[in-house]
Amino acid sequence: MKGWMGKFRALTLFGSLALILSGCGQENLSALIPKGYGAEKSLDLIILTAVIMLFVLIIVMILYVTVLVRFRKKKGQKDFIPKQVEGNKTLETIWTVIPIVLLIIIAVPTVTATFDLADQSEASKSLNVEVTGNQYWWHFNYEGEEIQTSQDLYIPTGERVYLNMKSSDVIHSFWVPAISGKMDVNPENENTMFIEAYEEGVYYGKCAELCGPSHALMDFKIIAVSPEEFDQWVEDMKNVDPEAVAEGETAQQGQALFQESNCMGCHAIGSSPVQVGPNLTNFGERTQVAGILDYNKENLISWIMDPESIKPGNKMTGKYPDLSEEEASKIADYLMQLKPSSITPEDAGK
Amino acid sequence: MREVKVVSNAATHKRGFGAVLWDYLTTVDHKKVAHLYLFGGGFFFLVGGLEAMLIRIQLVKPNSEFLSNGLYNEVLTMHGTTMIFLAAMPLIFALMNAIIPLQIGARDVAFPFINSLGFWLFLFGGLILNCSWFLGGAPDAGWTSYAPLSTTSPGHGVDFYVIGLQIAGAGTLIGGINFLVTIVNMRAPGMTYMRMPLFTWASFITSILILFAFPALTVGLFLLMFDRMFDSAFFDVSLGGNAVIWEHIFWIFGHPEVYILILPLFGLFSDLFSTFSKKRLFGYTAMVFATMLIAFLGFMVWAHHMFTVGLGPVANSIFAIATMAIAVPTGIKIFNWLATMWGGQITINSAMLWALGFIPTFTLGGMTGVMVASVVADYQYHDSYFVVAHFHYVIVGGTIFGIFAGLHYWWPKMFGKILHEGMGKLTFWTFLIGFHLTFFIQHFLGLMGMPRRYSTFAPNQGLDLGNLISTIGAFFMAFGVIVFVINVFYTAAKGEKAPDDPWDGRTLEWATASPPAHYNFKQVPLVRGLDPLWIEKTEGKGKMTPSEPLGEIHMPNPSILPFMMSFGLFVAGFGFIYQVDNKAWLAVVVIGMGITFGSMLIRSLKDDLGYHITKEELEREAD
Ligand code: HEM
Ligand SMILES: [Cu+2]
Repeated sequence: MKGWMGKFRALTLFGSLALILSGCGQENLSALIPKGYGAEKSLDLIILTAVIMLFVLIIVMILYVTVLVRFRKKKGQKDFIPKQVEGNKTLETIWTVIPIVLLIIIAVPTVTATFDLADQSEASKSLNVEVTGNQYWWHFNYEGEEIQTSQDLYIPTGERVYLNMKSSDVIHSFWVPAISGKMDVNPENENTMFIEAYEEGVYYGKCAELCGPSHALMDFKIIAVSPEEFDQWVEDMKNVDPEAVAEGETAQQGQALFQESNCMGCHAIGSSPVQVGPNLTNFGERTQVAGILDYNKENLISWIMDPESIKPGNKMTGKYPDLSEEEASKIADYLMQLKPSSITPEDAGK
Repeated sequence: MREVKVVSNAATHKRGFGAVLWDYLTTVDHKKVAHLYLFGGGFFFLVGGLEAMLIRIQLVKPNSEFLSNGLYNEVLTMHGTTMIFLAAMPLIFALMNAIIPLQIGARDVAFPFINSLGFWLFLFGGLILNCSWFLGGAPDAGWTSYAPLSTTSPGHGVDFYVIGLQIAGAGTLIGGINFLVTIVNMRAPGMTYMRMPLFTWASFITSILILFAFPALTVGLFLLMFDRMFDSAFFDVSLGGNAVIWEHIFWIFGHPEVYILILPLFGLFSDLFSTFSKKRLFGYTAMVFATMLIAFLGFMVWAHHMFTVGLGPVANSIFAIATMAIAVPTGIKIFNWLATMWGGQITINSAMLWALGFIPTFTLGGMTGVMVASVVADYQYHDSYFVVAHFHYVIVGGTIFGIFAGLHYWWPKMFGKILHEGMGKLTFWTFLIGFHLTFFIQHFLGLMGMPRRYSTFAPNQGLDLGNLISTIGAFFMAFGVIVFVINVFYTAAKGEKAPDDPWDGRTLEWATASPPAHYNFKQVPLVRGLDPLWIEKTEGKGKMTPSEPLGEIHMPNPSILPFMMSFGLFVAGFGFIYQVDNKAWLAVVVIGMGITFGSMLIRSLKDDLGYHITKEELEREAD
């Protein structure tokens, strides 16, 4: 008897302890703190199913504990032969029918929500973004606006944004837990989902389908800003001059090196749809280097010099001549100047 | 070493190591095949466990560099593949082999030769797979090997996966067919279908699942093999192939597979609750039909693994509802087990502890099962640590707890010794506590944004503490398993001799000696109802009435051919893998296939009628 009590206590204890210590996880990452339409729908169902199922669990546990306390062979108790019961139609009917009823209670809102989230009736009136999953980075093309970005997706709050998603290589999965559930990104067909963020903020996104050695490093961000700020951002982005000359001597040398070292073979600045590597138009406003490192010059230099050590298996490694630390530093100076918009992630942070 | 002449039908006198080895290499006795499965599966369970520990050590803290990302994917893939195909399945086959013929009062399985072939195929398949560690890298595309990641994965890792699983899978398929025929054909007189113990029933239904599910795996693996080795393009989108089709094929096999892993243990738990409560099973008929229903629905719900693939709301809704439906028969089972214990006299020993630990654990797993079935909620759970927690609650809480329960329960029948109770209980408690520490927290990790199959995670994202707790739990589990291994060796050396019927059993396996003679029953018993031995006991006889007079028993001869056939495929497997680099390896394919086909030819041409144990011999052997 001590056994199950101990176990049960330990279980509840650790569960609640973990919850208290970590809250519901980190804001802007956790599915338990929804900040968007899809995430809210999911959480409603998570709570509904969890409550109903906890109810079942509690009933099972009450019966279980009662059985163990009442019918366990006690010390010194003589053997007796219990009545050999075959079954009981009434009881068995009860525990068949009740679960069916409970499941119907779950099934109805589940199906409703499924169709709700698959709704595409507003797609033609809304902002559409073409999303491409690549080993191990994300490309975003704002349809009709000729804006290309990567890693950071800017969206306006309070509006549905339709994502038309496809992969350029293996299967990935697009997941921003605080905004919406995930959707796979397949190589053969376009999957469409919509997202809607309620509040401004920088939301963490992750690739959820195993896609190679750097699967865990395929992070991205959704940057939700007010609709006015978003319009401003679009305006700024459309007016980028990809040829603009950098400021300062080292940055200018960096810009030249960037051209000479074949970086443009894969990357683009401006609205060119090159997709071998991330578009760098607004690289200076990125929240992180390569999606995972803190945004600073040091990290950028190490990335340029040896991307393999940061994201194993990535497709930048070995595609350009070796660069000295000095050269890499100059290129970094140039890239960190690429700030075409007055709207930055800071505008999303409250 | 002493000079010993191997006399196959001489039961148990001391022999040298070489003789014992030869005996096991050639045996077709289902009880020895069970030992082989137990040691093979047990070995791979330890390997898979070691891989699990590496995973948890890597994830003990953020940004850890214990394993490189690529190596992590290999360890992760091999952990899943090993645990499902090379540990859980064979351990279940060990129990089925050891017990089913005894429970139905049979002298043997239907096809003893095929039975041993099944084991060797599994073993050599598992060995090939694990050779990859030493030959340039293990598979790294996950145990699900989704294309195009699996078709484009460099090196030979995934080739080892394809070939290894193909060989091991063939073993499982013929093993399943063998049990099917055995249960249909070899039941003792009076053992009608509705008198079969639940373990046999569940194994029977499981065998049907194997019969239908494994061919899907075979086909899928062949397509993958052709894509990787012979330039076909089934899964290559750029050449008109389709990558999502692999997911369908895989899960059409893969979902039934999880029921293959759980149903036999449901049966075993039914037997255990009944034995240790001294009551017949509550709602026997309902239990049988619930098992069938689960098996049937198990084939209907594969796409619930693909809710996020983009199948559309109609397909998603249908599969969601079909999935939820499985909870009904599963619930019936849980309540019937509780009702079986209700009013009984419950004995708690280490076998029963595992069964008792199973109920809350599995109920929680089933509860999250319904939660993941709710499509829109699953958009958050899918491919996150929530799902990792869910399926470990059902697979570990059901299958692994069940295997431990079965081993403690049947060890005396299999080896004639009783496992040490104290160590048994220590194993149970450390494993149980460790298990919940490890996996309970993962439900929350998943919802807090931790995707599954992540080789590392960033600090300060709220994931640090949960991962730390999870790793600590894993060490408890490892400790429990180590104690169990010590227990096995201790029992072999010092364990007490088991009586024939140590638990006051109700079914036929307890009516034979521990361990049984190689012909199982001197005279096949007459079955007069459910729980036949119990009936005889309550009527004061305590022994089965024979259904036939003492007479000659026909037994099959041992044979090295199953070993040779499997070994041939093992050799050919390397040929297939390496012919991609150099066509000279095709010679190895020819040699390997030569060994296999040669052995098959010998088998076909040589008359092998077995031998008879005479009535006089049987009379001489003491009762
Ligand atoms: C009431 C019973 C069950 C229900 C309702 C259920 C439901 C589900 C669902 C919907 C998923 C997909 C989750 C996702 O990928 O997001 C899933 C995954 C899984 N289930 Fe179950 N399940 C049940 C029982 C079992 C049992 C008995 C086993 C094994 C013995 C099992 C093993 C698994 C495994 C291995 C996965 C993960 C597959 C993967 O993504 O690799 N489940 N289950
Ligand atoms: Cu990815």
